[in-house]
Amino acid sequence: MVPTSYYLVLSAILFGLGIVAFVFKRNIITIFMSIELMLNAVNLAFVAFSRALGKPDGEVFVLFVIVVAAAEAAVGLGIIILTARNRKSLNVERVDLLKL
Amino acid sequence: MPILENLWIIPLLPLLGSAINGLLGSKWSKTLVNSVALGSTGISFICAIEAVREFLGYYEEHHQAFVKQFFDWIVAYNDARFGFDLQVDQLTVVMLLVVTGVGFLIHIYSTGYMAHEEGYYRFFSYLNLFMFFMLILVLAANYVLLFVGWEGVGLCSYLLIGFYFLRKSAADAGKKAFIVNRIGDFGFMLGMFLLFRTFHSLDFNTVFAQAATMQPDAMGQFGTITIACLLLFMGATGKSAQIPLYVWLPDAMEGPTPVSALIHAATMVTAGVYVVARSHVLFTHAPSAMYVVAIIGCATAFFAATIGLVQSDIKKVLAYSTVSQLGYMFLACGVGAFGAGIFHLMTHAFFKALLFLSAGSVIHAVGGNQDMWAMGGLAKKIKITYWCMLFGTIAIAGFPPFAAFFSKDAILFAAFNHEPAGKVLYVVGLLAAVLTSFYMFRLIWLTFYGEARYDEQKVHVHESPFNMTVPLMILAFLALTGGWFALPALFGGKDYFAEFLSPVFGAATEAGAESAASLEHILSVVAVVAAASGLAVAWRMYSKKVERGESTGLHKLLYNKYYVDEAYQAVIVGPLMWLSRNILWKVVDAGIIDGTVNGVAHGASGIGDVVRHTQSGNTRSYAVWVIVGALVIFGIVFWPLFHPTVIGGVR
Repeated sequence: MVPTSYYLVLSAILFGLGIVAFVFKRNIITIFMSIELMLNAVNLAFVAFSRALGKPDGEVFVLFVIVVAAAEAAVGLGIIILTARNRKSLNVERVDLLKL
Repeated sequence: MPILENLWIIPLLPLLGSAINGLLGSKWSKTLVNSVALGSTGISFICAIEAVREFLGYYEEHHQAFVKQFFDWIVAYNDARFGFDLQVDQLTVVMLLVVTGVGFLIHIYSTGYMAHEEGYYRFFSYLNLFMFFMLILVLAANYVLLFVGWEGVGLCSYLLIGFYFLRKSAADAGKKAFIVNRIGDFGFMLGMFLLFRTFHSLDFNTVFAQAATMQPDAMGQFGTITIACLLLFMGATGKSAQIPLYVWLPDAMEGPTPVSALIHAATMVTAGVYVVARSHVLFTHAPSAMYVVAIIGCATAFFAATIGLVQSDIKKVLAYSTVSQLGYMFLACGVGAFGAGIFHLMTHAFFKALLFLSAGSVIHAVGGNQDMWAMGGLAKKIKITYWCMLFGTIAIAGFPPFAAFFSKDAILFAAFNHEPAGKVLYVVGLLAAVLTSFYMFRLIWLTFYGEARYDEQKVHVHESPFNMTVPLMILAFLALTGGWFALPALFGGKDYFAEFLSPVFGAATEAGAESAASLEHILSVVAVVAAASGLAVAWRMYSKKVERGESTGLHKLLYNKYYVDEAYQAVIVGPLMWLSRNILWKVVDAGIIDGTVNGVAHGASGIGDVVRHTQSGNTRSYAVWVIVGALVIFGIVFWPLFHPTVIGGVR
């Protein structure tokens, strides 16, 4: 059997990739995808712990996360579409109306 | 004993009158305001008489002062209790009757004098409030309640001096009176604290009973009682206008004349004498303090009289005369003749109220001018006022059988017999009596004789209305007869006034009654000769046609009141103002306090100016902050796991 630590390391690597992508990418779609990547990295950790401990709690959490991610995808994509229409661009650097 | 058991009625009535007039009087007619003001003080006067009658009956039975506790005011640790306790004894009786009686007369007079003034209701509201506090002062059975009255009369004095507050000089005079009194009150409070520390109580009975058993301080020894007495006397110098705090009283003449008569002659300014007399048990245990009181009193009596010699404002003359007479009272207290001091207090209340009210009537007659050089020849035109003023003048000069002859005589006699330096005090006191006689008759001649120096075309001299002249006549009668309590003493009989007060002050020392009587006769003759010489000099100088001369040399020095105000200005007020303006205002207030407040604001805005750059509007930079924050929290939570000991433990 694959040890739990392998899953956790993989999860951490994925999460790290998500963060890096989130911070450094400019394309709003990519950023959105990196968020999904981070969520799924966490999901992987949950499932791994759930299996290691022999309890279903982690899997239930994962279901919740998936639901929230779906809702987020719906709202997020809506925002992205509107931004893209108004700005004719997908570059987040240009979405800075809150700046002083 | 309905009134005596409900003593609070006496002070409460004027308070009610004050509240009613103050709150509602602005819309009322003068008649209604009058009836409230006169009604409250009049009923209070009647109640006072009834209370005195009841007290005399009570005293026959119990041979002690009547004290009643009405309610607790402050109850603190160690059973320290300060209550609303009122007390009546023979000393209170004198003060009570003087305050309510003279106060009532002056209220009547004011209805005439103030008839054409703005703020009529306000005046009577203040005047009634003053009566309330003054009655609290004289009825109080402990120092704390006395201090309430003491401060209250100071407040009313301030309000009434500054009654014409639109005039800057009046507003300044009010402030001056208040601030100078504060200095004295500071001493008074320290004295109270010291007494409380020593006796663990401030009730008169407790304090005096304990003090009576203590060993008196020796001459020149500054024990607790001496210090306490000196501090109390410091309060008295403020309130009763003695050197060095007398400077406010002459300025207080900015107030309406009835106020000068009631507050700054008859009642409030005598509060200091009352306190010293009330604390006589303490003072007799502190010979050094007594000596200070006597010297200050004597010096004030003399110096104020010299200033009074040359003043041209009729009220200023009377003001310095008041300071001088108060000095006599302190001289009496200082040489141990408390009864004589209170006697002079009473007669002074009569004749000085009379003089001030007459002066008010004169001022009224000539249309508001107070300068004696713009009067003259008034005797034929305002006869009643003239006769009343003459009565007052003869009384204060000390001619028999008028009041001050007896009281001043008693004081000088006591001073003469005082050891070790009584003779000096006596001579200075006698000189002051000569001066008194001189400046008062100078006032009479300048005001009532000679040619009219006012513009007869413009000023229509008229006698005052009845409500002003009737109080004058009553006071003139009192100024004549007020001293007759002591009349039998002149013929080897009893001094009824001293005997009346003896339960408070102890029996008058009857040392060698026979020789003392003949000595007293000699001194009386000397005093009358002194008064007559003052009269003669005044007659010689002012009965002819007089011109206001050039002021030079000594005259100038006296006219400018020894430049005391200027000296205070230079030595105390000036440096204080400098300190306040340049240090306290510009450095402490503007620099430190405002600097702190503004600095905090500027600091916050500066920090904000730096930190606002974190709000870049760039979404991804927020993400970085989130990550950094997460890392920090992660670090804080998991830091102990990386701690060397933990790692070491694992190892």
